[in-house]
Amino acid sequence: MKARVTVTLKSGILDPQGKAIEAALRSLGIVGVSSVRQGKVFEIDIDGSDSAKAEALLKHAADKLLANTVIENYRVDILG
Amino acid sequence: MKAAVLVFPGINRERDMARTLRLISGRDPAIVWHTETELPSGTDLVVIPGGFSYGDYLRCGAIAARSPIMDAVRIYAAKGGLVLAVCNGFQIACEAGLLPGVLMRNARLKFVCRDIFLKVERSDTPFTRGYNAGQVIRVPTAHGEGNYTADADTIARLEGEGCVIFRYVGPDGTRDPAFNVNGSTNAIAGIINERGNVLGMMPHPENHVEAAIGPTDGRGLFAGLVEALDRAA
Repeated sequence: MKARVTVTLKSGILDPQGKAIEAALRSLGIVGVSSVRQGKVFEIDIDGSDSAKAEALLKHAADKLLANTVIENYRVDILG
Repeated sequence: MKAAVLVFPGINRERDMARTLRLISGRDPAIVWHTETELPSGTDLVVIPGGFSYGDYLRCGAIAARSPIMDAVRIYAAKGGLVLAVCNGFQIACEAGLLPGVLMRNARLKFVCRDIFLKVERSDTPFTRGYNAGQVIRVPTAHGEGNYTADADTIARLEGEGCVIFRYVGPDGTRDPAFNVNGSTNAIAGIINERGNVLGMMPHPENHVEAAIGPTDGRGLFAGLVEALDRAA
């Protein structure tokens, strides 16, 4: 079973990398982008086919390691 | 002093740290590999040194913070044992929950590798008794992710309870954004936990201890620790 965990910075947390990317887009002439926040995506393969179980497992994994919940939020998507 | 210096894959400042501990305390520290589940018996100072544990993968310090030895360090710290966490060690201590907050990418996105000046905010801790409150010390810094960040409540608590121990300042102690090398909230360079037994700091006091190399402003931290531990013994 495939799943995806998306980790993003909480709002209000300064994201210097996102700001630099935002400025780079502007300098490339890509206009109309008002804000960029950088995050992480984890593509994960899971044993078994119980999606509720997989979701619980990945929430545990995100709380334990994949995200630092002081500064980051995460979302778990079971892709089947 | 019975110090234990922790080593994780990718750590590279453990030898500097061990050399300084030997120089100041007269005793070799134990070098403790991350897979160990216990600290050497009688350990009275745990040092988490700098470097790039696990190549800074995922988040700086995140993977090292979850290694077996850190469970032992958490138990030791909960009993009041002294922990000094420098640079990547500070990042590891935050990720391990020994200290609040997190070290983020430097605001100006540059790796900062040079001497900087720190104001010592308090001298009544085991880590800073070798200094005077308000003293300015010169120490090297070398990091890309030292931008101290925490939620507003945590910052207010740290400031209110005197947990901010070092701040980035100019040579004469002036606070100015120009001297805040990494954009840390309130120019925070080092904090202590509520109980006062865990210190985390980004700069490297262990690299300014020998006159042959340069300034010796880092000595006070280690000499103070030796004194604090002698008094406790």
